[in-house]
Amino acid sequence: MKDNRLIYLDNNATTPTDPRVVEAMLPYFYEIPGNAASRNHPYGWKAEEAVEYAREQVADLIQVDAKEIIFTSGATESDNLAIKGVFEMYASKGNHIITVKTEHKAVLDACKKVEKLGGEVTYLDVKNDGLIDLEVLEAAITDKTILVSVMWANNETGVIQPMQEIGDICRKHGVLFMSDATQAVGKIPLDPKAVGVHLMAFTSHKMYGPKGVGALFVNRKNPRVKVTAQMDGGGHERGMRSGTLNVPGIVGFGKAAALAKAEMAQDTERLSALRDKLEKAFTENVEEVYINGNIDHRMPHVTNISFKHVEGEGLMMTFNQNIAVSSGSACTSASLEPSYVLVALGLGDDLAHSSIRFSLGRFTTEEDVDYAIESVTKGVNHMRELSPIWEMYKEGIDLNSVEWAEH
Amino acid sequence: MAYSEKLLDHFQNPKNVGTLDKSKKNVGTGLVGAPECGDVMRLQIEVDETTQTITDAKFKTFGCGSAIASSSLATEWLKGKSIDEALSIDNMAIVEELALPPVKIHCSVLAEDAIKSAIADYKKKNN
Repeated sequence: MKDNRLIYLDNNATTPTDPRVVEAMLPYFYEIPGNAASRNHPYGWKAEEAVEYAREQVADLIQVDAKEIIFTSGATESDNLAIKGVFEMYASKGNHIITVKTEHKAVLDACKKVEKLGGEVTYLDVKNDGLIDLEVLEAAITDKTILVSVMWANNETGVIQPMQEIGDICRKHGVLFMSDATQAVGKIPLDPKAVGVHLMAFTSHKMYGPKGVGALFVNRKNPRVKVTAQMDGGGHERGMRSGTLNVPGIVGFGKAAALAKAEMAQDTERLSALRDKLEKAFTENVEEVYINGNIDHRMPHVTNISFKHVEGEGLMMTFNQNIAVSSGSACTSASLEPSYVLVALGLGDDLAHSSIRFSLGRFTTEEDVDYAIESVTKGVNHMRELSPIWEMYKEGIDLNSVEWAEH
Repeated sequence: MAYSEKLLDHFQNPKNVGTLDKSKKNVGTGLVGAPECGDVMRLQIEVDETTQTITDAKFKTFGCGSAIASSSLATEWLKGKSIDEALSIDNMAIVEELALPPVKIHCSVLAEDAIKSAIADYKKKNN
């Protein structure tokens, strides 16, 4: 009999929109259709009021002032606005930006653009556990450095960087500190001001809000940070981001932020227990299983596991009719290169090809996790029966001594 | 990516998985690919020395679904073929049969390489 079950364990890719968020958004499509920039009639006033209420909710979640929230279309736009915007605004102070090799492409590619525009970018290595070396960071700062950009939590491994220490280094050298906090906001308590983050990018659809809306926190006092707009037009969002505001999306983002604040602690407790159960089942019952990234400094709902001598996409195909996860395998991308994040952690390409990311979420149940344990274990065993390198490993052949016909 | 029914069938019910005794003179073994590349195929043939036909073929593959399906299909095609017929198997025939998407064409190339490598090994053993 065909098993029609569908289990979603890919919450780092996107989260389902919470039905309570959808409910909050609905009136803003038809009943309250105004443009928040229409200053001369009740339609506009009501839309603006809704946007400002949502701005308070979002600001409250990350403990900043509502005036410091710039709404955008998502984290990619926020990352671009922060990096390119700082590069342009502070051109007279310097042209050097420091970031990390394991950042999201939205940061890395914005930095590459900055290089084309005459900027200089240092891409820091990470240690084997995914954390940056603070001494290396400090040594990379020059008198031309204007910005350090380090993501709060990694999307593939869930590893959380030492934000307080990085903030202290930036403060000491008078350098702006930006963070892509897409995977952390709404999941763990964040206080960017306390740790010295001046700009922070995040998005609604990773925290049970709708897609197509994000935010950039821009510090307003001590120091007052400014970014050059990357989208020109009507001067919305204090001139930093023109474009008619996505009122229903922003209302949903606000509601999602309020729910996250109220439910974060209980979600964290429940999901970390489920995540640990999943990990334990694999590490105790399956041979040659490796957890990628630092396990003491990471998000509560994510685990990235390599099942040695099994290729990730092939493994996923054994269960992907029923379970949604992600892999760092090359075969899941068009480039045929394995995950650059895992390679930066020093994993051999073979282990990077063998990785699966499980990311749990608010709607994940214990039954889902039990089912995943059973299906994935079965899949790993099946794939190992098919795997010539598993057979060689079992026969005690040193795989490094084999002369592979690389292609 | 949506795969064809044929590909999914070869992946879910792979044919001819296993190992032949590579110490036997009439068994040829091809091992192609590398773990770092995410694909390793081992394809083996057993040849009837008088008729020069392939009587059995087995494989084991580390790789994605397309790589596994390509090797399973290759072993099916090899059985009963003469050495010369086997050498003429072209990777594009595998692409067509399994409806491989463009990014997976290298899996069929690897399968063709594995066939040629197994035959070369057999010929080397038998001069």
